[in-house]
Amino acid sequence: MIKAILIFNNHGKPRLSKFYEHYNEDTEQQIIRETFHLVSKRDENVCNFLEGGMLIGGSDYKLIYRHYATLYFVFCVDSSESELGILDLIQVFVETLDKCFENVCELDLIFHVDKVHNILAEMVMGGMVLETNMNEIITQVDAQNKMEKSEVSLTLFDIYS
Amino acid sequence: MSPGTAMIRAIRSARTQCEERGVIQRECAAIRAQFRQADNGGRSHNLAKLLYVHMLGYPAHFGQMECVRMIASPRYSEKRVGYLGAMMLLDEKQDASLLITNSIKNDLSHSNQYVQSLALCTLACMGSAEMCRDLAPEIDRLLRASNSYIKKKAALCAVHIVRKVHDLGELFAPAARSLLAEKNHGVLHGAVVLIIELCERNPETLERFRKTVPDLVQIMKGLVLSGYSPEHDVAGISDPFLQVRILRLLRILGHNNEGASDAMNDLLAQVATNTDSTKTVGNAVLYETVLTVLDIKSESGLRVLAVNILGRFLLNNDRNIRYIAMTSLQKIVGTDHNAVQRHRGTIVDCLKDQDASVKRRALELSLALVSASNVRSMMKELLLFLSSCPAELKAHAASGIFNAAERYAPSQRWHIDTILHVLTTAGGDVRDETVPNLIQLITNASELHCYTVHKLYRALLTDISQQSLVQVACWCIGEYGDLLLRGECQETEAVQVHADDVLDALETVLQSHITRITDNVDRIRSIVSIYGSCIDVELQQRAVEYNALFKKYDHMRAAVLERMPVIEKNSPGHTNGESAGEAIKDIQPAKIKQGEPLLPPQPANQVHYIDTDA
Repeated sequence: MIKAILIFNNHGKPRLSKFYEHYNEDTEQQIIRETFHLVSKRDENVCNFLEGGMLIGGSDYKLIYRHYATLYFVFCVDSSESELGILDLIQVFVETLDKCFENVCELDLIFHVDKVHNILAEMVMGGMVLETNMNEIITQVDAQNKMEKSEVSLTLFDIYS
Repeated sequence: MSPGTAMIRAIRSARTQCEERGVIQRECAAIRAQFRQADNGGRSHNLAKLLYVHMLGYPAHFGQMECVRMIASPRYSEKRVGYLGAMMLLDEKQDASLLITNSIKNDLSHSNQYVQSLALCTLACMGSAEMCRDLAPEIDRLLRASNSYIKKKAALCAVHIVRKVHDLGELFAPAARSLLAEKNHGVLHGAVVLIIELCERNPETLERFRKTVPDLVQIMKGLVLSGYSPEHDVAGISDPFLQVRILRLLRILGHNNEGASDAMNDLLAQVATNTDSTKTVGNAVLYETVLTVLDIKSESGLRVLAVNILGRFLLNNDRNIRYIAMTSLQKIVGTDHNAVQRHRGTIVDCLKDQDASVKRRALELSLALVSASNVRSMMKELLLFLSSCPAELKAHAASGIFNAAERYAPSQRWHIDTILHVLTTAGGDVRDETVPNLIQLITNASELHCYTVHKLYRALLTDISQQSLVQVACWCIGEYGDLLLRGECQETEAVQVHADDVLDALETVLQSHITRITDNVDRIRSIVSIYGSCIDVELQQRAVEYNALFKKYDHMRAAVLERMPVIEKNSPGHTNGESAGEAIKDIQPAKIKQGEPLLPPQPANQVHYIDTDA
């Protein structure tokens, strides 16, 4: 099970925080800070797996992370997930974002964090991996966005008619 | 510019934490005002803004009721944000979450699959036990009769339900079974995850699902041997994520069960040999295969194949692969010792890896692989490692070396040499009991007393910074000083050692130690009396005692200071005896680093990071 998915930048500013178990707000922020401290100290040539910090659950939890440009993508998982599989999943996630945003960068995540949540919701649900096929994910996300857009135009029509 | 963008820009332009707080407060006040107004078509934007604020760590609980309202809205855009907000702001302990149960119930049977999907997602994320009980039949219905998109989401929702209400597992087992016949990979994946959950919770269910092993083997065969399938292909492997998941289920079903293990033996051999290991996705599948082989009742040939794959992983350029291979080898070094021994060379090479975590794993494995036949060569490598290893591993390495030396020492002299080597390289990192243990070893090796005391004396002359070494050296000089002065020794070169030199050495250690040196009693006496007024209480006490021995009981001195008897291991009071290593004035503080975590401890005060640049 995936316990949390965190994206933050090189200074520790959160860009996406998704928790699949409930914590109160202060604890959530503490977890983000602690994870950032653990991950930012890592050298570039060490492996991408870290034992999790104390807050997020002790011995069975690992942090699996990847560093892309100015962003860290961190998945906190337990032993039921394959470490190499999760690494691949992070790659799929980033590639999907890249397709949806066209050369995705940190700014895209800052200004469209709700869209990132929607994309993630097509990949991971309730802490479990839902869909890993990039084309399938994008198809569904596009269909939902179309639905939203058609609603908006309907509303404008209501106003102006 | 959308309202959300304007707010985000305003927040980002804040130069300090204080300024940011001010902006956020203003924005939240505006959002609150908007919430109170009637429907103005921009409600979803306001809630989205609030969620952004929440992510930054500011309180957003006043948005909870707005989430409830939005979820009940007929508009998809509003439902979407409402459900997202519910997942972020609500949990089952709050009353507001009860209010959305009805909406979820209705949306689960909505005509639009995307609305259904929102409800499923939210239920799987934060559904309480009551909600789960209430809605379980609905989920079961969706598992059986809906399109693939909904089926796969319903499967994962069922997993959450089973986690919350264990007995509902029975309800979903039949549906899960029939889902294995689906062609859609997303549904298959969800089904396998659900079956894993059911089997892990209930041994009877596990027993029943063993019958599905042939079906699972068929599905895997289809994935591994089928031709190129563009929709599932990832770098030449057909849906590696699904393969990994099925292998995990096979592992659970085959564990401790001969029949099931036999049924999957051929398939595992096929996957192990056919999977392309040049790409990372291939390695994920291979690794999962290895884990499965090692955890079920597999044939020995297959086990050797699996261990060999791990051995190959150790040579992989990708450090992640090296790391997990080490971890797995560590787990099986007890059960498959001989198979792992074959890769000892590679493992020892990994002691030189750049990655500290790989080094640590290599150290543990190397220590586990030391045996009577390879102890000399292994110890050479380990001692080499000790001299250059990272500080946090030194204590562990030193104690590991001691244990191995004790178990497999080919000779006493080798043993003593090894311990001395460790003391000279990492003396500051060894445990306290090393000193008495070593002394006990030395007293037992009576033929080597001369050799030992010579070596220790020389070590003392070179370096007095390693506390344990100095303690042992002083003790030995004290006990066997006469051998030292005699100058001859079979095992080392003859060196003329004068009593003065020895006393100089001892003096530099600030140690007063009565030796068997019979002349120069006066010099000894004068050194001792200096310490009669030393600030260190223990030194003072000893000095006074020895002074007394000199003055009043000089006639008894010879008898009192007889050679120490051979120390019995674990004898009562097995600590340093009368004239053994006393408290030396610390030249360096004792640095005992047992089990210090590899990662540094967290600082007490966190600094808020202000993102003043882009």
